[in-house]
Amino acid sequence: MTGAEGNQGQPGIAGLLISHRGVFWGGLVLIAIILLAVFGPLITADPVAINPMNRLKPPGIEGLFGTDMLGRDVFSRVLNGARVSLTVGTAVALISVLVGLTLGLIAGYVRALDAVIMRVMDGLMSIPAILLAIAMISLAGATLTTVVVAIVIPEIPRVVRLVRSVVLTVREEPYVEAAIASGTRTLQIMVRHILPNTIAPLIVQATYICGSAMLLEAILGFLGAGIPPEIPSWGNIMSEGRTFFQLTPWIIFFPGLALALTVLAVNFVGDGLRDTLDPRIARTM
Amino acid sequence: MTAVLEIRGLTVSLPEDGDREFAIEDVSLSVEPGEIVCVVGESGSGKSVTAFTVMGLLDPRALTPVAGSVRLEGEDLLTLPDKRLRALRGERMSMIFQEPMTALNPVVRVGAQIAEMLEIHTRLSPTERRARVLAALADVQLPEPERLADCYPHQLSGGQRQRIMIAMALALEPALLIADEPTTALDVTTQARILQLIKDLQSSRGMGVLFITHDFGVVAEIADRVVVMQDGRVVEQGTVAEVLHAPSHPYTRLLIDAVPSMTPPERAEATGEEALSTAGLDKRFGTAGLFGGGRVVQAAKDISLTLRRGETLGIVGESGSGKSTVARCIMRLVDPTSGEILINGTDIAGMKQGSLRNLRHQIQIVFQDPYRSLNPRRTVGKSIVEGPMNFGVAEDEAWRRARELIEIVGLSADTLDRFPHQFSGGQRQRICIARALAMEPVILIADEAVSALDVSVQAQVLRLLDDVRRKFSLAMLFITHDLRVAAQICDRIMVMQHGKLVEQGPTAAVYANPSEQYTRDLLAAAPGQSRLPD
Repeated sequence: MTGAEGNQGQPGIAGLLISHRGVFWGGLVLIAIILLAVFGPLITADPVAINPMNRLKPPGIEGLFGTDMLGRDVFSRVLNGARVSLTVGTAVALISVLVGLTLGLIAGYVRALDAVIMRVMDGLMSIPAILLAIAMISLAGATLTTVVVAIVIPEIPRVVRLVRSVVLTVREEPYVEAAIASGTRTLQIMVRHILPNTIAPLIVQATYICGSAMLLEAILGFLGAGIPPEIPSWGNIMSEGRTFFQLTPWIIFFPGLALALTVLAVNFVGDGLRDTLDPRIARTM
Repeated sequence: MTAVLEIRGLTVSLPEDGDREFAIEDVSLSVEPGEIVCVVGESGSGKSVTAFTVMGLLDPRALTPVAGSVRLEGEDLLTLPDKRLRALRGERMSMIFQEPMTALNPVVRVGAQIAEMLEIHTRLSPTERRARVLAALADVQLPEPERLADCYPHQLSGGQRQRIMIAMALALEPALLIADEPTTALDVTTQARILQLIKDLQSSRGMGVLFITHDFGVVAEIADRVVVMQDGRVVEQGTVAEVLHAPSHPYTRLLIDAVPSMTPPERAEATGEEALSTAGLDKRFGTAGLFGGGRVVQAAKDISLTLRRGETLGIVGESGSGKSTVARCIMRLVDPTSGEILINGTDIAGMKQGSLRNLRHQIQIVFQDPYRSLNPRRTVGKSIVEGPMNFGVAEDEAWRRARELIEIVGLSADTLDRFPHQFSGGQRQRICIARALAMEPVILIADEAVSALDVSVQAQVLRLLDDVRRKFSLAMLFITHDLRVAAQICDRIMVMQHGKLVEQGPTAAVYANPSEQYTRDLLAAAPGQSRLPD
């Protein structure tokens, strides 16, 4: 009998990821957007500086994306908006994964709490995300934190369900029972034997959450329920440009394009991660 | 008279990254009408690839026949167009599989599944099809064909499902039936009946049967001729009498010798101190519903046993008999409903998990499935030292002990840094035994620990278990469905059925003079007793 010496000569996870076309192009676009968001505002014009002389200028040499009705530079505003979107996307993905992971592990492993946690999650899932966000923001005021929390809450149940389902299958594995039988404490069993199995699906889920959080943030901004107008975000730029749409479509076009490109790039990376890390799910989707 | 099936020099290539160049190489065999040819071999021997090539069911991206011919009643299947091949499948040759639950469509009534075959291959009217389906069900000796035809697969037992598969395969009276381990997933008593059925149908219809199996007991029971395969090649073929009684190839002899004898060896009575005992152990699953509508399964009822140090107690029974439930209760992986479990005099049946933890090291278990018993993400060494370190053994001391134990179970110390996927099933089971021993237990439970292994490996692991039992004076609880294995390793035997203890006693006495009918049935059902040399 020959042993299964499987891994020899195969590229590692990193190699596989780069050779995936979606991850490559999505990643490239995403890195470009992140770099622009981080360093762009350092060199472009002040995004909130009003210049009525220069209002509603079409895209040109002076302002790459033109100016809006108050004469503010749209290019600079879009770059600043990217900061908001990326912050919200990342923060929502991180927080909802962390909270969801904890709750999911508990629900999957502690039988007594399973029903309680899952019924609460069912309840959360029945509340429309936008409505909850609007309600929270009108109660607690429109700050970045409120927006993030408002978007996190409806995302948590999905993560909890995912983690719980993984835990429920893994906890029946003989190697987990062997660990119980050798006196391993519950917390260690979760960390050593169960948690690693949830990482791959969670990373994939996190990218989807990141994309949909950015979309939701833009929708809230567009509805006037998001980040306050002093901070430019793609949603509120588009919202403000709405009245002049027929006259000056660039005010809406560029932030819209930026949003679409970013979400698309994030989703491409997510698909690639799914194909690479979780081939079993990839086949069924 | 032409042979039903004639395979000549068949070679099937493996993809480039496979562990050998060819899945099967230069395989030649033939099946005459009215003959059962058994292809025997261990996992990876290429026996299933051979069967799948005949049916044309290979995945063309992975496995391609590169040389040789496969003739079914004179027609070379490898060169036939797909259309003709589809017509031949079902009409002239058909196949039954190991796992009847997955081979049947779970959402279609079984009668309709058989009727579909007739619809594709014949021009019968729906009423005529129905009549043929009922006749086919009656042929495989299923009771109440009318009712069973309208059942879904999950409503039937494993044995009934396999009969449905056989009925479907034989509905069009093919010349060749290929059976790929058709009884491996079944209980012994069911296996005996299915084997008898295949034999009866084969002789009454005069068809040829190509029977794939890993079990020499089954070979002895059913075969006319035997083909032995190893690593993709045919190493020996001949009539069953020749192969069983005068095997010419050393590998064949190895396989036959590895089949445990049904005669228990003489064993001295164990006199060690009592390590484990249970009294009135009950386990019920499910709860009575609020309005009495709940379903309760009594998995173990009033089980009382005692086990001494240095002794091996076997619990045998068929699937669903509750033998694993007993083991899991004793391990406290499930909580018993009532009763006592005494370990060195301490009752652990109702103990809280916290205080139970301190006693965990005294009792260890080795599971059935070697592929799921080790965490695939942790090195073997880490899996072994986990337990002792839970009990405060210093890290270097734990590793020193792990190196010692891994050599005791027959592997080298440098294997500790490897991951489970780099080992074969038998090696993994050795690692699991080392992991259990690392805890310095008093009691070792082996829950079907050798059932998933090839016979030759099985014999080695059994010997290892017996060695460590003696070396560490362990009290061993050995759970198995295989009466041959139980005969060889157990000092005493308990027979379980439907959660109840049917019979118990010293192994030799139970095998020689079973007092209960059920025990007699079980013993009689073990395949190949009359023809296998002891």
